[in-house]
Amino acid sequence: MLTRNSADVIVVGAGVIGAACAYYAARSGLRVTVLDRGPVAGGTTGAGEGNLLVSDKEPGPELELALLSTALWRELAEELPPEIEYEPKGGLVVASDEAGMAALRDFAAGQRTAGVTADEVTGDRLHDLEPHLTSGLAGGFHYPQDAQVMPALAAAHLLRAGGDRIRLRLGEEVTGLLTGAAGEIRGVRTATGELHAPYVVNAAGSWSGDLARLAGVELPVRPRRGFVLVTEPLPRVVRHKVYAADYVADVANGSAALQSSAVVEGTAAGPVLIGASRERVGYDRTLSVEVLRRLAAQATALFPVLAGVRAMRTYVGFRPYLPDHLPAVGPDPRVPGLLHACGHEGAGIGLAPATGLAVARSLTDGEPPLDLTPFRPERFPSAAT
Amino acid sequence: MARTPAELVGAQPGPPFQITFDGRAVTALPGQSVAAALWGAGILAWRTTRGSGRPRGAFCGIGQCYDCLATINGEPNRRACLVPARPGDAITTQEGHGRAALGV
Amino acid sequence: MPLSASEPYDLAVIGAGSAGLAGAVAAAELGLSVALLDTAVHTGGQFYRTPAPVMGAVRPEALHHDWSPYADLRRRLARSDVRHLPGHHVWSVTKDVDGEGTGEGAGEGAGPADGPWAVHAVTGADGGGERPVRLRARTVLLATGAYERQLPFPGWTLPGVVGAGGAQAMLKSGLVLPGRRVVVAGSGPLLLAVASSLAAAGARVPAVVEASGYLRYARHPRALVANPHKAAEALVHGAALLWHRVRVRLRSAVTEVHGTDRVEAVTVTRVDRDWRPVRGTGRRIECDALAVGHGLVPQIELATALGCTTRPLPDGTTALALDGLQETSVHGLWAAGETGGVGGAQLARAEGELAGIAAAARVLDRPAHGGRVRELQRRRDRMRAFAGAMAAAHAPGPGWSGWLTDDTDVCRCEEVTAGQVREAIEDLGARDARTVKLLTRAGMGWCQGRMCGPAVACLAARGRAAEPLVERRPFAVPVPLSALAALDDPAMPRPDDQGETPSEPGAAPGGDG
Repeated sequence: MLTRNSADVIVVGAGVIGAACAYYAARSGLRVTVLDRGPVAGGTTGAGEGNLLVSDKEPGPELELALLSTALWRELAEELPPEIEYEPKGGLVVASDEAGMAALRDFAAGQRTAGVTADEVTGDRLHDLEPHLTSGLAGGFHYPQDAQVMPALAAAHLLRAGGDRIRLRLGEEVTGLLTGAAGEIRGVRTATGELHAPYVVNAAGSWSGDLARLAGVELPVRPRRGFVLVTEPLPRVVRHKVYAADYVADVANGSAALQSSAVVEGTAAGPVLIGASRERVGYDRTLSVEVLRRLAAQATALFPVLAGVRAMRTYVGFRPYLPDHLPAVGPDPRVPGLLHACGHEGAGIGLAPATGLAVARSLTDGEPPLDLTPFRPERFPSAAT
Repeated sequence: MARTPAELVGAQPGPPFQITFDGRAVTALPGQSVAAALWGAGILAWRTTRGSGRPRGAFCGIGQCYDCLATINGEPNRRACLVPARPGDAITTQEGHGRAALGV
Repeated sequence: MPLSASEPYDLAVIGAGSAGLAGAVAAAELGLSVALLDTAVHTGGQFYRTPAPVMGAVRPEALHHDWSPYADLRRRLARSDVRHLPGHHVWSVTKDVDGEGTGEGAGEGAGPADGPWAVHAVTGADGGGERPVRLRARTVLLATGAYERQLPFPGWTLPGVVGAGGAQAMLKSGLVLPGRRVVVAGSGPLLLAVASSLAAAGARVPAVVEASGYLRYARHPRALVANPHKAAEALVHGAALLWHRVRVRLRSAVTEVHGTDRVEAVTVTRVDRDWRPVRGTGRRIECDALAVGHGLVPQIELATALGCTTRPLPDGTTALALDGLQETSVHGLWAAGETGGVGGAQLARAEGELAGIAAAARVLDRPAHGGRVRELQRRRDRMRAFAGAMAAAHAPGPGWSGWLTDDTDVCRCEEVTAGQVREAIEDLGARDARTVKLLTRAGMGWCQGRMCGPAVACLAARGRAAEPLVERRPFAVPVPLSALAALDDPAMPRPDDQGETPSEPGAAPGGDG
């Protein structure tokens, strides 16, 4: 029997990952309660740019997740209201010299075998795609599958689209997990009482490690800081998601040193976003003028027209990442009834639908939409932590 | 009783000069901001909004609200309440973001 | 001593209003090297805003009360070695390591003042050839003042509706009026001052509309009795308003503005003690301008970006939490004046001087005490009590949202309506101003939520007491990308780097009368 305090599944986290899990679970007929200690999209989702990218991913499990998500986002864009600002704008990765171009060519060749569309653009054709792009670049690659969505609104509308099957409880923090005699999940405890369900999905973003610990398991999720610069409102100055080639190296790079390369893109609302700084400094929100300087310098190098444009604000977010830079998706064999959907680093918005669908299939004993083996939550030996 | 603010403070400003607003001559006093000069000519709006195209002008008067953004000598998004008026300044009604020329 | 090319200032003061001026002058007189930065061309801040000297005003004080202390501070500034940097828009204050590097781990245990700080500014008249400037300082005094709190109502975006403080500022500095018949409305002691200046300058003021009842002051008799100058100030304005036949309507609010492209009239409605409009009491008043404001909001984003502790005030605004010597929770960073809670120019002067003395004591590595310090602290505490009483008396009642319609713009910059804000709260899971912003763009525009923030926080609270709004604005002003990209340029050198020694190092703190 379902009561006010019970559900088929409890999703912890009202960010885009939790929202996608709840949406697909509800669509499978389950009754879902979504808990968050804050508001909808209050964590990393609210600080994201809304990248739905395949262009930055090398062939492998993450790219497979991204390609599935890309298709699912196209479906969602039909179903959800236009307020989510889904825009299949495509990506453009540029290289300043021939060596960079050769690296991009190799990278794209590998991606093509995995199902990515990547079209080489010669230096003299770049301005057809991006009229304000700086002159003298060697060339680039156009990725028509890259797209963008407004993350906070996407999360909010995914939750809303679940209708009556999704119950939202905001401002409620999970303080403990309820388990049965065999250690199986029975629900969660919050400050206001107990909530019962046979399944709990850990979609707590950067705080997923803490929730896992409440369940007695180790999941080494760490935060990686990123700044985004936001300009004054502009007309469409940048058509694609444009970035320099060294970005690709940064994503895979495990170094704790600052790495940044400007990713520049327009938004439906007007401002241009300049992002993609990556640092490991814990949860320090303090402004780093050096990071901002690099972002601004790289953006104005790509688009000199932006030099006279003003940055109105900057925001900081904490990308949740796991040591091998792959998310944890699916059931945790160590705690029956516990599932994870976390650790998506800077790609959570893009990877949300495939993650949500995979989690929903696990909950209903359905066929997984892709091989989840690389995303096994228990893959990290606890000795390492 | 003072009839004007200038009489109240006993202002003896230097000779007035001309600026233009959408091509029409406006008299400004030395030391006035662009917004003050426009108010002095009874002009309260010099911008239209990005969304609904509604008229706007100075609101907070101290550079905090950015409602008074004006295109001054072709440069958009300048706070008219802070920018001093200079002889010959050409103020034009700013439409939306004021940067339509950059659009691609 | 740092080995960098430029020696830091002992003290950087941000804001050249009453608090900043008093702090800069006090510290300089005790021997500190001081930089005083302000966006305006002239000192004085908002309270002592004056016409530019080229206006040749022979009686600028006609628009001010309490002029002589400001004149005194100006004279002392002129005599001092303070480096006044007008036209500097400070966008951030950060910890700095010798003007280079990433700023990480800077300044830990670096001596008595824990500095140096980097103060980042842009110069140039707002888009007219802006240039980045960075200067370094051992200590910082934030005296950034306040801006006016606004609450939305139907028609408030029409040209001719201006901030009450804005009307005052434009009058003081530009000698202009927004119209010939100006209704003054909102809440707070500023309204009477604005109405009397507008009337004195030749405007007709058909009504002053105050949402609170002044009887609320009576709940704080001690604070009133202890601050007779404030009562005298109110009497002066009251007399001026009588002279100009201005009618003051208490427990009333402007609930709608009429007009197509500019103000033609307003509707004034009675409100109950919670500011809920009383049906059927609306009355139309013809006018061509409305000056409106609901008290002042401390401007503290430079401090909150550094993690300074804040405290909620009885009027729903948030101020910096300060110790007995005006220091914030961040070592080496002081604040004075409205940043610690709105209290007026006289309080700001006392606090500024106190902060200046405290910063000097820190830099010179000696204790800050003595008769002057105790006297300033006594004065500050007395005036702070009064400020608290005023804030409580003019706190917006929760019923104000009753005059909103769904199509009233709440966010002026991004044109977000009350209906959209309600949808975000009721249907999309927003629980605070930040999420409303994410889901609607309210507060994402040019003003970064200064105009709509208090209203959005109230609406997001859905009738509960709004959580104290601590706004994060990493950029206190917009910064050109070219200026950000040039941030690794060297810091601005002090003009007197060579062999400069503080004058009169032996002067006792607060030795000045």
